[in-house]
Amino acid sequence: MYVAVKGGEKAIENSLDLVAEERRGDRDVPELTIEQIKSQMALAVDRVMTEGSIYDRDLAALAIKQAQGDIIEAVFLLRAYRTTLPRFGYSAPIDTAQMGIQRRISATYKDLPGGQILGPTYDYTHRLLDFDLTEENRNGPAAARTAPEAVNDGEIPHVTDLLNHEGLIQQEPETDEDAPIADLTRQPLAFPAGRDLRLQNLARGDEGFLLALGYSTQRGYGNNHPFVGEIRMGEVSVEIEPEELGFPIEIGEITVTECELVNQFAGTADSPPQFTRGYGLSFGKAERKAIAMGLVDRALRCRELGEEPTAPAQDEEFVLYHTDNVEASGFLQHLKLPHYVDFQSELELIRKLRAEYMARRQAAAE
Amino acid sequence: MTVEKAQATDAFAERKHWMSVLAKADGTDLEKAWQSLSIKPDYDFLRAPETGLVMVRARAGGVGQPFNFGEMTVTRCTVRLANGATGFGYVSGTDRRHAELAAVFDALMHDTDLSDQIANEVIDPLDAAHAAEKRKKAAKSAATKVEFFTMVRGEND
Repeated sequence: MYVAVKGGEKAIENSLDLVAEERRGDRDVPELTIEQIKSQMALAVDRVMTEGSIYDRDLAALAIKQAQGDIIEAVFLLRAYRTTLPRFGYSAPIDTAQMGIQRRISATYKDLPGGQILGPTYDYTHRLLDFDLTEENRNGPAAARTAPEAVNDGEIPHVTDLLNHEGLIQQEPETDEDAPIADLTRQPLAFPAGRDLRLQNLARGDEGFLLALGYSTQRGYGNNHPFVGEIRMGEVSVEIEPEELGFPIEIGEITVTECELVNQFAGTADSPPQFTRGYGLSFGKAERKAIAMGLVDRALRCRELGEEPTAPAQDEEFVLYHTDNVEASGFLQHLKLPHYVDFQSELELIRKLRAEYMARRQAAAE
Repeated sequence: MTVEKAQATDAFAERKHWMSVLAKADGTDLEKAWQSLSIKPDYDFLRAPETGLVMVRARAGGVGQPFNFGEMTVTRCTVRLANGATGFGYVSGTDRRHAELAAVFDALMHDTDLSDQIANEVIDPLDAAHAAEKRKKAAKSAATKVEFFTMVRGEND
């Protein structure tokens, strides 16, 4: 337990000024603008939006600037800001089949309707530091090439639909559309957690934590044999139905990355051998996060599929209680707060135990 | 479907279309369109511009159980013209002026005297610009479409 302390106002004020000065850095170097962060640090912006759980490129860029690029601190700033805003309502579920596709790949089918579209990916870069970027290039890189044939005229089917035709993959269960949907911004976590609650939790979860957990399932902790059925990234439209209007309207478009994993499943007495699914979804271009989320989603479905949970990634209390980096960081960093009283009592205890130990040793020696 | 209902659905469809164009447009483009109007009608706020959050929903596997994915910022505004027509603006982001102008143009689209002019001079060009932007993006993605060939060991022996 920590205690309230008084004083230190001047020191705190000076510390805040020092932070502001350090944030600004060398004054001979031009100050970063929000526009620069938005357009040139776009993947950091996407990560802050995903884990901050608010889609707003301007606010995320501002948070990154304010936090000096500390991503978890920026996520915290965004989460704190959200508490100042009213909730207008819920959107209709986004329809990823209607996505304006920028990227779409499958590791399970070479030839598939709609084709494989690499889009802007680091997959085929050489991961060699590009020293050309150290100098400002007035002309910028050459403009990206265009192809005459557009990729997204109409709907591009999900790869899992192809498997559905043969009944080889588990169908997403029919759901009652009027059933309440868990919302952990309104109610705390409760167990056992439904898939709706789990997916919401994972969607805003820390990428590093989910990456490690997903990796653990690949290495054998949780018996997961995944294939990337499909990854798609692009814009989807968001619709809400305001009460005063009485019909749904489109309020804008957001960029999302979706990952559908296809996993081996031997079947049980009640269900035939078939592939099962894991689902990942993130704001912006956050592919690693989406794949990691899909792996952990599949691992957490063990009970529903009649598998014995044995690995950390299959333990829903362990996973869901530790995904949130704002909570984790807050609890971890509270260790820095004054624990003087606690520590005094521990000191006294240790002194007493040591005295007893010394007395016992002396008695034994005599 | 009754005739009235069909007409109502058509009216909704048209309004949905222009509201969507206004929402997706850039706030600065709406400002330009407003500044270039020869007559600027007076309006009152029924609800002054206000920023809040909408929880975006998605579906497990893209098709299954709905879940709460994450929030987005939305700014809304309601205006009333002197002739009584009301307009609603619901736009993503925190740009209050964008929501205000979206509401004003929505109201003007109900005004039969001006609706044709607004449709021709504001809605259609914004819609075309957005479509062109989408086509450009799609054309860049299309240039990255690949054909993978599976290599078979010994094939070239």
